[in-house]
Amino acid sequence: MATQHSRSAARVMMAPAVILLLGWMLVPLVMTLYFSFKQYLPLRGGDLGWVGFDNYVRFVTSSAFWPSIQATLAIVGGVLVITVILGTFLAMLLDQPMWGQGIVRILVIAPFFVMPTVSALVWKNLFMDPVNGLFAHLWKSVGATPIEWLSQASLPSIILIVSWQWLPFATLILLTAIQSLDSEQLEAAEMDGARWPSRFIYIILPHLSRAITVVILIQTIFLLAVFAEIFVTTQGSFGTRTLTYLIFQRVLESQNVGLGSAGGVYAIILANIIALFLMRIVGKNLDA
Amino acid sequence: MGQIQLNQVSKSFGPVEVIPPLDLTIEDGEFVVFVGPSGCGKSTLLRLIAGLEDVSGGHVLIDGRDATEIVPAKRGLAMVFQSYALYPHMSVRKNIAFPLRMAGLDKAEQDKRVTQAAEVLNLTDYLERRPGQLSGGQRQRVAIGRAIVREPAAFLFDEPLSNLDAALRVGMRLEISELHKRLKTTMIYVTHDQVEAMTMADKIVVLQAGVIEQVGSPLELYQRPRNTFVAGFIGSPKMNLIRGAEAAKHDADTIGIRPEHIGISSTEGTWKGTVGVSEHLGSDTFFHVQCNASPEPLTVRATGEMALSYGSEVYLTPRQEHLHRFDAKGLRLE
Repeated sequence: MATQHSRSAARVMMAPAVILLLGWMLVPLVMTLYFSFKQYLPLRGGDLGWVGFDNYVRFVTSSAFWPSIQATLAIVGGVLVITVILGTFLAMLLDQPMWGQGIVRILVIAPFFVMPTVSALVWKNLFMDPVNGLFAHLWKSVGATPIEWLSQASLPSIILIVSWQWLPFATLILLTAIQSLDSEQLEAAEMDGARWPSRFIYIILPHLSRAITVVILIQTIFLLAVFAEIFVTTQGSFGTRTLTYLIFQRVLESQNVGLGSAGGVYAIILANIIALFLMRIVGKNLDA
Repeated sequence: MGQIQLNQVSKSFGPVEVIPPLDLTIEDGEFVVFVGPSGCGKSTLLRLIAGLEDVSGGHVLIDGRDATEIVPAKRGLAMVFQSYALYPHMSVRKNIAFPLRMAGLDKAEQDKRVTQAAEVLNLTDYLERRPGQLSGGQRQRVAIGRAIVREPAAFLFDEPLSNLDAALRVGMRLEISELHKRLKTTMIYVTHDQVEAMTMADKIVVLQAGVIEQVGSPLELYQRPRNTFVAGFIGSPKMNLIRGAEAAKHDADTIGIRPEHIGISSTEGTWKGTVGVSEHLGSDTFFHVQCNASPEPLTVRATGEMALSYGSEVYLTPRQEHLHRFDAKGLRLE
């Protein structure tokens, strides 16, 4: 009896937290859905009534929609490729015994602590500025014309900035994974006649597969929402308008809350499709 | 073929000399056991032979050919590691086939050799499993299988049984000995367990602090230990070593007598003492007897039926022909 009482008491006592969390998630979701079916223009007449699926149709038929999906996928994919490959490489380097290992590891992690806005500003003004940037000086020193990074190579520039921020995360997770590799396995492979490339392919990579899966899953979730880096650098121009940025523009620049909300619902669907897709491909790595 | 020769091989880690220059010859087909307390450099010596560590000086010759600068894979040696070092993401079949695949053998030949090895080691039913699904003994056999398929000049075992429980260890000990009889390949086996050394070896190499204390057959080491270290290390329970007045009677600094070479009687004998703890193993009984000959209690081995109560008075008689005498440096006196 006592346990049943305490169980129901526990339910009652947990309820506020559960309700708060549910509300936290449900209220914005429901509001987004609500607005997505309305013509709602805060500066041009406010709530103009229900419009059915008009906003959804307008959002996808707009000429900006497909390019924004492409930009989003390019950034997510590009950053994933760079961080996983470089992260594996860095993790293997950092795993080597060396002098000042602790300090070097902290330095490697440092970019992760820099706020996205700040790092984007630093990259934009100190490195990529076509007049005063470090890259411009580098180019000039060898007699080349400086590249206007953010307009001529805007997408790669943003991929570079975001990769720089996420590389520490990938490195850190892959480093801990590499440290758990039994060195006798590598020695056994060496005795078995496996040269370095074979040891990497047959021993190290399979050992890292689970960690790589985790890196890809977590990074994808965060990379779909990249915003500050674009806002600070290109403001969505030169083909860097991602889905997130498009929604921001629809809501705040065009002051069309209904249209933006419809975009938000698409973003939710896209994120879920990608998550499902990833889980299918790499999820089996997590079971093993 | 698998003759291995070490000429003045030494190893230092930084300023610490782990193995001072050392000579050793291992003949083709021999089962050699390196034995010694932990930290004596026996595993390092094995790794020097395997090529996993570079020698600091001297030469390693395999079949008369200088292998000092040859990479591990080309030395023709196969190694079984303490942790087995199986590749966890590969099936047993792929694990065993790995060295063949690395050597670039064609698929048919790989399959043939894997099947053969699996039959020898009773692994046929487990070929498609992963190492994680196998018991300790089975993993051990997979590790051995991976070594066998390469048809190496010599097998190197690095404490392969230390992760197994006692019962399994005895079984695997027999299996490895049998494998050696069948393959007639040189085997070098590292262990800290003198029982493994005694039961398996053709030749035992006793090491202490990187120095070879004695090389010889198990019985040689048992009957004629070259110094007090070997005397104390080989044999279980340990040999009783007695110093002082009793040793001086035999013109020696230390005398040694094995527990099985001491007669025990409740009425008469050379040394008088009192019984301490007794250990009954069924077949034997070990008595720890405190007597006037030595400040430390002596271990005495008697038949399993013998029963003496704690604190009772007994007389011990060492059998003179089995007395070992050592000088002040611990070296054997003839």
